[in-house]
Amino acid sequence: MTKASYVRDQMLPPQAPPVSEAGVVKWLRENLFSGWFNTILTLVGVVVIYWLVASALPWWLNSVWNAESLGQCREIVAATAGEGATGACWAMIRERWHQFIFGFYPPDLWWRPIMAFGLLFVALAPVLFSGQRRNLTAILGAAFAFLLVTLYLAGAPMAAWVLVLALILGLAGLAQAMPGKLLWFTAIYPALCFWLLWGGSIWSPVAAMLGFVVMGVAYVALVGRMGPTASAIAGVVLAALWWLILDVPVANAIQSAIPFGLQPVASDQFGGFLLAITIGVTAITFSLPIGILLALGRQSDMLIVKTLCVGFIEFIRGVPLITLLFTASLLLQYFLPPGTNFDIILRVIILVTLFAAAYLAEVIRGGLAALPRGQYEAADALGLDYWRAQRLIILPQALKISIPAIVSTFIGLFKDTTLVAFVGLMDPLKGVTQIVRADIDWKGIYWEPYIFVGVIFFVICFGMSRYSMYLERKLKTDHR
Amino acid sequence: MKKSVFLGVVAATTMVAGAAAAQATLEAVKARGELICGSNTGLTGFGAPDASGNWTGFDVDLCRAVAAAVLGDATKVKFVPTTGETRFTALQSGEVDLLVRNSTWTLSRDTELALDFVAVNYYDGQGFMVKKDLGVSSAKELDGATVCIQTGTTTELNLADFFKQNNISYQPVTVADDSEAQRQYLAGACDAYTTDASGLAASRATMPDAENHVILPEIISKEPLGPVVRHGDSNWGDIVRWTYFALLIAEEKGVTKANVNEVAASTTDEEVKRLLGLSGDMGAKIGLPNEAFKNAIAAVGNYGEIFAANIGEGTTINLARGLNALWTQGGLQYAPPFR
Repeated sequence: MTKASYVRDQMLPPQAPPVSEAGVVKWLRENLFSGWFNTILTLVGVVVIYWLVASALPWWLNSVWNAESLGQCREIVAATAGEGATGACWAMIRERWHQFIFGFYPPDLWWRPIMAFGLLFVALAPVLFSGQRRNLTAILGAAFAFLLVTLYLAGAPMAAWVLVLALILGLAGLAQAMPGKLLWFTAIYPALCFWLLWGGSIWSPVAAMLGFVVMGVAYVALVGRMGPTASAIAGVVLAALWWLILDVPVANAIQSAIPFGLQPVASDQFGGFLLAITIGVTAITFSLPIGILLALGRQSDMLIVKTLCVGFIEFIRGVPLITLLFTASLLLQYFLPPGTNFDIILRVIILVTLFAAAYLAEVIRGGLAALPRGQYEAADALGLDYWRAQRLIILPQALKISIPAIVSTFIGLFKDTTLVAFVGLMDPLKGVTQIVRADIDWKGIYWEPYIFVGVIFFVICFGMSRYSMYLERKLKTDHR
Repeated sequence: MKKSVFLGVVAATTMVAGAAAAQATLEAVKARGELICGSNTGLTGFGAPDASGNWTGFDVDLCRAVAAAVLGDATKVKFVPTTGETRFTALQSGEVDLLVRNSTWTLSRDTELALDFVAVNYYDGQGFMVKKDLGVSSAKELDGATVCIQTGTTTELNLADFFKQNNISYQPVTVADDSEAQRQYLAGACDAYTTDASGLAASRATMPDAENHVILPEIISKEPLGPVVRHGDSNWGDIVRWTYFALLIAEEKGVTKANVNEVAASTTDEEVKRLLGLSGDMGAKIGLPNEAFKNAIAAVGNYGEIFAANIGEGTTINLARGLNALWTQGGLQYAPPFR
């Protein structure tokens, strides 16, 4: 039995890893220089990045913000950075930014689109974050802060302040007490937004919204006797009758009795991002429900419904958006009775909505097809009727699967709004840029307007993309 | 125009519908209290909104003159921006009452598109711009040159014709619009840039090194640009045509925006009296008040003033009158007698 002469009674302190296996060096070795091929790629990449930065950086650094024309910008750049230097001329943005944002919207009325934009988020919040008190409060607070600052900058009149304060305080209270009820604000928001943007009598949007009330009342009154499908059709027919026959006289009658309205703004005053967001948001909002109905219709075994849906989807998907826009701006005028002046923005919105709806229908059909047959059978086994089965079992799952593709369609749709330039509307990218360049002061300017507009588009689209990722995480129920 | 076939078909199919709406443009404008004028989506000097959204330009002023003549108020015009593709259809479908959008008068546009070109307010022509150090003094020396050209325009066809006729070759570099063309040309992607001479002058005026570029003397096409109305409403066409002629006669007789009232009070010239509505019933003959043309002159000035204010010598664009001088000064602008 030997006696151990030495026993270590304490742990050795861990040694630092070799230099090549830790920190920056390890990261570089593993990610950039892990083989001769990757090393070459890295070196080429470094050269390319250096070349890009070296050629673009002076242009950014020599930016000029205060000048009255492109010529003056060039003089300033030449004076500060030497002859032959290049520099960005952001002075153009400084002078014309309002046309990129508002188009020709009268400056003293800018508070109206600003307010509509701020309230848009308030209206979206209950949809995006249903019933989550914390998120709702955060969005309300952010919208309120945004409105405070921008309305102050835009010099909004007293009435606007009162309206905003009353709305935000009321909604904040509602969000604390009954967050679910905020959806009512979302429901009336389209009318409010329309009224704020286009102005005119407040009773026109109110009367238009009454059509939906008519539809709802008719449905509730008849559903007991006629079943959901027939009463829904009856409701739609009654609402259509309201809109076609009673809407305008009723609105006019109330307006003459209780005149209340805003100064009207014609559609040709719209431009820039005001136009892009108006078209984009409206089309996104309305294309989703239409797309869902089309997708369900395409899956239906009722021949006529199915044929109509398939025909519509294939027709719309078969023609380019530009064709539809030309149809909206030029051909519709031929088919309508002479003298009708159907608003051009409205025409474009309708066509863009239908276009997006057709694409969404196929996206959602993909989601429906991905559901295992067992889900449909389970719904049947529970004795649910068609609409309940769709609403409670099928659609929640199908839509969840389709989220990335749906958001992708939305982003595409939003960017496609710039195509309205081809029918002579002032979209931010081409329309406004072209009129700015037509000014002799700014003729010859090239990158600056594109960069400015591109950055704003990026921010909006990136936001949508991030939200969709959040939604996917939140709705994730499987364990893959 | 490659679109002309499509537009022609559209026009033909809607002639029937259009006929009902014809003869009524003047009444429609009066009832509306506003003239709807098809304009450009932005062309330097000819028509574009400024920073505060007011439309200005050479073509724009003609619209204002017509509004002043018809409605007595030059501000009662709504400008509808139209693109190269939509302009004629917008006019045919009745979306605009009048199109003043630097559109070239050609036979097929006048006939198969069912439009009427009522006058030529600017005689343009296609030219070339080259860098001075290319050492070229005539377009005929451009053998083998690369040429920047906008696609889908008549200029593309003119260019092909010109090089074929002179038996020389060229390499086209097609670009989408004027700003891109200018950029490509400056970056050295092409030796020469071709478009309407007025456009070349505007581009050159805004280049950082304008003195290094020359516009070659050859003008290789005729581009008579003018106001367009729908076929079938001759009275409306007459109104636009004679409003324009009134501006020419005003220049010929020295009636300006500033002195129009003074001249009206003191003139002994019979034609000026008729022009200003002091004698005869020239306005009434085409359904306008007698002082219609006086209003137009008072609102925008005579032709020479419009030219000088928007594109003439002294502005940055700095175009010479050239072909657009009055016939008395060796140009082509000539108005028939006002009687």
